[in-house]
Amino acid sequence: MTFNLDEAWSWLLGSPLFGVTLTLVAYKAGREIWERTGRHAALNPVLAAIVLAGGTLLLLGVDYEEYMAGGQYIAFLLGPATVALALPLHYEARLVRQAAVPILVGLVAGSAASIAVAYWATRGLGGSEELALSMAPKSATTPVSIALAESFGGVPALTAVFTILAGVLGAVAGPAVLSLLRFRDVRVRGLAIGAASHGVGTSRALEEHPTEGAFAGLGMGLNALATALLLPLLLSLLR
Amino acid sequence: MLTGLIALLACQLVGELVVRTLDLPVPGPVVGMVLMFVLLQVTRPRAESSLVRGTAALLRYLPLLYVPAGVGVVAYLATLRSEALPISAGLVVSWLVGLVVTAGGTALVLRLTGARRVNR
Repeated sequence: MTFNLDEAWSWLLGSPLFGVTLTLVAYKAGREIWERTGRHAALNPVLAAIVLAGGTLLLLGVDYEEYMAGGQYIAFLLGPATVALALPLHYEARLVRQAAVPILVGLVAGSAASIAVAYWATRGLGGSEELALSMAPKSATTPVSIALAESFGGVPALTAVFTILAGVLGAVAGPAVLSLLRFRDVRVRGLAIGAASHGVGTSRALEEHPTEGAFAGLGMGLNALATALLLPLLLSLLR
Repeated sequence: MLTGLIALLACQLVGELVVRTLDLPVPGPVVGMVLMFVLLQVTRPRAESSLVRGTAALLRYLPLLYVPAGVGVVAYLATLRSEALPISAGLVVSWLVGLVVTAGGTALVLRLTGARRVNR
């Protein structure tokens, strides 16, 4: 019997099995840490999973592309999961209908402000045009923000990273910031968290209150729509 | 479970086709979400139905699905380090502005229209 460790190793790194397993194990570990620390907001499971999986890649000297041979299968499910946000919305349909006008006004204003400030602040602090364009769509959920970066001259993979960071920021600090500013209405809180921090923020909102979660899902969906419509318009004005 | 997964995929599929056929500036999954909403409103499935259970199951793992894109950070460590200021400040400030303007705008118009409050 001979040992082909090198061969087995290089097979594993090229196989989807590696990326899928690493992602699930890292997320599971992130959830465990979070549960054992009494669900501390700063120890967000997504953040922990990114640090653990990313650290593992750096340690093993594995490229992101090799990891994505498996990671893409998990990322693929984001599409159907976005569709699934119709469920909390369905349960809260009556509340949504009652507040349709305030929701639309708040959302369009927030989305436009987020895009404009992202572009200006990044540019104003010495960032390149490409960097500012990668930052501009970051509050929309990943499949959408990536597609927008692609069409308008940003770096899609960098936009993906900014998008996830905005999501983690919302899950970690969103509810605290809103409480500090005395926003108590769960509809307002949910909508703002979903609009600024998409699905990662929405999961946190779902933990806080079912109605807050439903409005976060709505905020995420509407913001994806608003960003897609407003970004081309704002960029033609800003540049 | 299976019915739910099929419904989600079918809604996204139709959404993607509609967006491409009509050349709409709207993401496919968002159109899919609208279609799924209509489907739920029309059929009013029970909580223990396969449709609802499958949908709720996927929703439980929503945060996990963002991990692969986030791991992409390892490919950009050099960029993040060399442009740390515009990236961190641009990200945090625009996130905060988006959050507060959305909340403030919605709360303001809710008050103006005299809507009932829904507090925790």
